[in-house]
Amino acid sequence: MEGYLDVLIFLIAGFSFPIVNLFISRLLRRDNPRPEKVTTYESGMVPFGDARVKFHIAYYFFALLFVVFDVETIFLYPWAVVFRQVDQVFAFWEMFVFIGILVVGLIYAWKKKVLTWV
Amino acid sequence: MLELAAGQGGMPDWLWNFILAALKATGVLAFAMASAGLLTWVERKVAARIQRRRGPEVVGGPWGVLQPLADGVKLFAKEDVMPRAVDRWVWALAPSVIFFPVIMVFLVIPLDPKFGALRDLNIALVYLAAVTSFTVLGIFMAGWGSNNKYSLIGAMRAIAMIVSYEIPLVLSVVGVVLAAGSLSLVDIVEAQDEMWFIIPQFLGFVVFYIASLAELNRTPFDLVTGESEIVMGYLTEYSGIRAGLMIFSEYIGLLATSLVAASLFLGGWHGPFGTDSVVWLLLKAFFLVFVAMWIRWTLPRLRIDQVMNLGWKFLLPVSIANVVLTGAWIMVR
Repeated sequence: MEGYLDVLIFLIAGFSFPIVNLFISRLLRRDNPRPEKVTTYESGMVPFGDARVKFHIAYYFFALLFVVFDVETIFLYPWAVVFRQVDQVFAFWEMFVFIGILVVGLIYAWKKKVLTWV
Repeated sequence: MLELAAGQGGMPDWLWNFILAALKATGVLAFAMASAGLLTWVERKVAARIQRRRGPEVVGGPWGVLQPLADGVKLFAKEDVMPRAVDRWVWALAPSVIFFPVIMVFLVIPLDPKFGALRDLNIALVYLAAVTSFTVLGIFMAGWGSNNKYSLIGAMRAIAMIVSYEIPLVLSVVGVVLAAGSLSLVDIVEAQDEMWFIIPQFLGFVVFYIASLAELNRTPFDLVTGESEIVMGYLTEYSGIRAGLMIFSEYIGLLATSLVAASLFLGGWHGPFGTDSVVWLLLKAFFLVFVAMWIRWTLPRLRIDQVMNLGWKFLLPVSIANVVLTGAWIMVR
C-alpha cells in the first residue's frame, strides 16, 4: 500500500491548490456584491422559473448505454494484460464471443434508434 | 526512487516518503501552472497565425510573452461574484473537483529511462481511467450548483459527450495493452524500443486522439461552452480566480492528455541515436498540443447529434474492430 501514499498526496495537493489560490485571491481582491450583481445571469433578462428544468430523454438513454458498455470494457483490460501468457487461441475466441455480445447490444440499440438524437 | 528512500539517517521512512511525495506534488503543480500559462499564450499566438488575427503583442516581453502573467494578476485581483441563487458548497467545490484529476495524471507518466515515472503504478491505465472520470462529476457540480439554465444545459451536454467518448477512449488503449502486455505506462514505453505503437496501432491512435479532444471539450467538441447559444456553458456563473482555475485545468488537461498519448503511441522518452530522455517526451507532447490547437482554429463546432453519431456509430465500432484485429494478429503471429 506504500506506493499509494503518492496518490493520496497528489489527490490532496490537487484538491487544495484551488482553495489556496482562492485564499490568496481573497487578500488581493475587493468584494462588493450588489443585489443586481448577484442575480443569476440570463443574458440581461430577469431570470424566470427554475433552472433545473426537465431534460430530453435522449440524455438518459446515452447514460444507460454508457453504464452497460463502460463496465464491460473494463473486463478487456485484464484479458489484454495476460493475453500473451495464456493459450491465445482459446483466449481470443472467448473474448470474441464476449465482444460479439457487446456488438449485438450495440446493433440492437442502433436499430431501436436509441443512438439517434432527435 | 527506492534507492533514495533507503537509509536517510535519523528520519523514519514514512516521513521521508511523505516529504518526497509532497515535493513531487509541488513540482508537478509548479510545472503544470507554468505550462498552462505558457499554453494560453501559445494558443492565442497560434490562433493569430492561423486566422490572421492579432495575437498578444502589447503587454510586454518579446512577442507579448508576458501576457499570461498579466492575465494571472488580473484573475487574482478580480472580484469573485457568487450569485445569490447558487448551491453554495456544490458551486464552490466544483473548481477543485475539476482541477485535481488533471494533476493526478502526472503521477504515472514515464519521464526518463533512468528515473521512470514519479510513481510507476502497475495498474496505471486503470488508474488514469478512474481518476479522469472525476472531471465529469466536477462539471456536473458546476452546472447543477450554478442554478443557471445555460450552466445546466452546458453540463448536461458535457456529461453526455464525455461518457460517450469514454468508451472508445478506453477501448482504443486495449490494443496498446495487448501489444505491450502490461498496464504500467513505464512498461508500455519500454515496449516501444523498436517501434512506436502508432505504426501497428494507428487506428487506436486516431480513436484515442479524437476521443481525448472530446474528453477535454475542445473544438470541434466545444458545444458544451458554445458562446453563441449557451454563453459559457457550466462556466457561466464563475468569475475571477474560480473561472481562471477552471480554464487553467482545461489547459493542464490538454498537456496531461498529450503526455499520455505521447507515452502510449509515440514512444514516450525514446529518441533517435540513443538520446532517450524527458526532452523527447516533452517535444512529442507539445507537438500533440499544437495539433489540438491547429484543429481548434481550423474546424467549426459540431452539433450534439453529430457528436453522438461520431462517438457511437463511428468511433465505437472502429475501436471494437481494432481490439479484435490486434488480438487476431497477435494470435496468428
